[in-house]
Amino acid sequence: MREPLVILLDGLVYSSWLFIVSAGLTLIYGVMRILNMAHGSLYAVGAYTAASVVGWYFASGYDPTLSYLVFFTCAAGAGVLAGLIIERGILRVVYGRDEVLVLLVTYAVLLILEDVIKLIWGVDAYFAYQPYAALGRTKILGIPFANYDLLLILLAAGTGALLWFGLNRTRQGKFLRAVIHDREVSEAMGINVTRLYTATFVIGSALAALGGAVTAPSLSVVPGIGVEVIVIAFAVVVTGGLGSIGGTLLGSLLIGLTRAAAVHLFPRGEVLVIFVIMAAVLAVRPEGIFARVKARKI
Amino acid sequence: MRRKDRTYPILVGLFLLFSGAVFFTPRWFSFLLTVAVARSLVVLGVVLLMRAGLVSFGQGFFYCIGGYVAGFSSNAFGVTDAGAVVILAALGAVVAGAIVGLLLCNYRDIFFAMLTLALSMILYSVIVKNPALGGSDGFNVPPPTILGISPEAVDPRVSLPLFTFAVAFLLYALAHRYFLSGFGYAGLALRMNEIRLEYLSLSARALVFLKYILAGVLASVGGALIAYISGHVDPELAYWTTSGEFVFIALLGGTGHVLAPLAGGVVFEVIRSYAFDLAPSLWQMVLGVILLLMIIFMPEGLWSLTERFLERKRDEAAP
Amino acid sequence: MKPLLETRGVTKRFGAVVAAEKVNVQVREGEVVGIIGANGAGKTTFVNIITGYVKPTSGRVLFDGQDITGLPPRKVIRKGICRSFQIPQLFPDLTVEENLLVACTLLNRPFGKLLRPFHDGKFIERVEEALEKFHIKDYRHEPAGTLPQGVKKLLDIAMAMMGKTRLILLDEPTSGVAIDEKFPLMDTIVRSVGRNGTTTIFIEHDMEVVEHYAERVIAFYDGKVIADGETSRVLRNEDVVSFITGSIPTARREPADADS
Repeated sequence: MREPLVILLDGLVYSSWLFIVSAGLTLIYGVMRILNMAHGSLYAVGAYTAASVVGWYFASGYDPTLSYLVFFTCAAGAGVLAGLIIERGILRVVYGRDEVLVLLVTYAVLLILEDVIKLIWGVDAYFAYQPYAALGRTKILGIPFANYDLLLILLAAGTGALLWFGLNRTRQGKFLRAVIHDREVSEAMGINVTRLYTATFVIGSALAALGGAVTAPSLSVVPGIGVEVIVIAFAVVVTGGLGSIGGTLLGSLLIGLTRAAAVHLFPRGEVLVIFVIMAAVLAVRPEGIFARVKARKI
Repeated sequence: MRRKDRTYPILVGLFLLFSGAVFFTPRWFSFLLTVAVARSLVVLGVVLLMRAGLVSFGQGFFYCIGGYVAGFSSNAFGVTDAGAVVILAALGAVVAGAIVGLLLCNYRDIFFAMLTLALSMILYSVIVKNPALGGSDGFNVPPPTILGISPEAVDPRVSLPLFTFAVAFLLYALAHRYFLSGFGYAGLALRMNEIRLEYLSLSARALVFLKYILAGVLASVGGALIAYISGHVDPELAYWTTSGEFVFIALLGGTGHVLAPLAGGVVFEVIRSYAFDLAPSLWQMVLGVILLLMIIFMPEGLWSLTERFLERKRDEAAP
Repeated sequence: MKPLLETRGVTKRFGAVVAAEKVNVQVREGEVVGIIGANGAGKTTFVNIITGYVKPTSGRVLFDGQDITGLPPRKVIRKGICRSFQIPQLFPDLTVEENLLVACTLLNRPFGKLLRPFHDGKFIERVEEALEKFHIKDYRHEPAGTLPQGVKKLLDIAMAMMGKTRLILLDEPTSGVAIDEKFPLMDTIVRSVGRNGTTTIFIEHDMEVVEHYAERVIAFYDGKVIADGETSRVLRNEDVVSFITGSIPTARREPADADS
């Protein structure tokens, strides 16, 4: 009884993290048709910002309960800033070019960001364990779980709900869905696609940074943490169906739970299992679970 | 009117020139050249795919397979001849490529790029987590005999570069022949219009499958050669930065000609030496900035400069 | 006589939309058939189903007595069916000559023999013939992406016909072409296509063109065939007039260069 529960909760925690990170990637792709390889670097920016802020905050001896709000906000803010610079400064130049070419552009951005991060934060590891430790633990059926991890699940649920609400219940969100559905017609209907692009990219970047911020307290922040993230996030979104938020949720759960199971039962296959799931799903549904079938008109 | 094709004589000339360099230039230079040539084989594979509109961000997968085939052949199975190992590495790539190619041939564009990337990262993590495969440190590869000539008889610092050049230029010639074949043009056609290709009775999937394997063979052979040249293999061969560099060199050189990857590879090594001297910690940023500039201002790569030059010369010749 | 092409109860649904409903059509060898219908009536879907670009929800397609339902385009093509496209499907960066050479090579050489050099004398000759036949010789060295619309249309058809062709399906061969160029274009097409008695089915919106070139007309409305028969009779059919054409054809136009 113990082990399944541990796997379930660990899996949910990991899924939550996956969802926060992947939702931004899939949102950007859905709206802009850009697969942002620098997404992982934005994640790293978030993690570093959070680690710095946490270090400063706790060293100054402020109230720990407020620290979460502060470092989540700061990290998301850093993501917004970085996203704005990338979108305004670089991506605009290549809008409308071939998808693969834009992918290469985001790869260039990834390379540049990796070094920028090193310039700002150096190459030494950062630790920001305080927020994690400050929340303590709760016993569920006699098994202790870190409250911080439970907070993470709530945060992911909140993010998902907010995205859902934003896309389905607001005017701007309806515009976004219109653009996802058919860009040309949306443009013809007078939707300001340029502004929506900026907004989308900034929101996606903020989500990536938030994903980095929430993990920062539970691991050491070192150079290169962003790169594996993009590969795993891609596996998640492609399993769920690239461009679909619902699919990303499903992909996160599927991959998160399986990975947790692997960690407990077959630790050596921890990374492998993620891609095995992806490959298995793709072998049956080549465009992912929530695929949008598109036939080219000829 | 087609220009007269002088590629084969040029390849022979370059082979002789490079081989001469082994004897008449400093060791560090011929070493650099050998590395550049071996790696440019991998880039040639990237270019082969790019001509068909496919970007592989995971050629490190095959590069690593080739390297480890070389390593295990001599360390575990006693196969120490470089000639045999190169063939084994190619076969290994065919087998591996055929398996994963079945999934990959359904994908194009960013899917293809990211799935190949994921694949190389899987291999990376498998090796890192597996002490039996040498773990994250890898292991050393002793100098091979080369077509029966032992390292004691001829200094491997001479024989290995010569062998590398021979293999590389042979493959370059074959690749050139391939670019000029029906398959080569079918690849260009695939990039431009897949629907039409299907309506010309060609299976786009079969073509992608084939090209993926061929590119894999080139990368694997390159990896085997590098294993001998550096005397060491580690999982870094499959890491995303390695694959990313190959894509970078391919874009730098361009896809217009079989020699473009070679030109790109040499220029890349030059940039690397300078960047490491001037700003060692900004290497990736330098790459990123050059990549951005190339994509925006010279998407056809450096090779397009020669094309422009040749065109101007022809215009002058025929007023 | 056994029909060359036959569709039996072919139906295609895209979700709630019915693009083809129980389409039964028979076409004999050597016929020239025009297909008319408003936009969205299922004309292109009909061509897409025959050539395997979309699979029918139900029903069968027979070609020369063989069941070809659901075969992918590349296999349908090998049976001797070819098609042109509403939006010409070319290789935009290759020259006109290279486009034709790619078409000729791929249609006439099995996959296993594609390693042979691309510039093959035998094929170059056939490309030469096609350039001549379709009057596009002047454009031979120009990239296909930069051609005028009419030339693109011709090249598109010429490429389709580089293999063995028993049946050609032309999807709006004159769309996007200036009105005064429609007849010359159709003349070129009909002359090059019809020379060897190739069975021809063409989709067309211009009723003058239909009347002039088709022996028989099939009218589509809402995914269904509402009329099928000899051209002048179909064009006078009440349903066809009220749903599609809007008027009964009056004057017959004789293009000046029809027999030159």
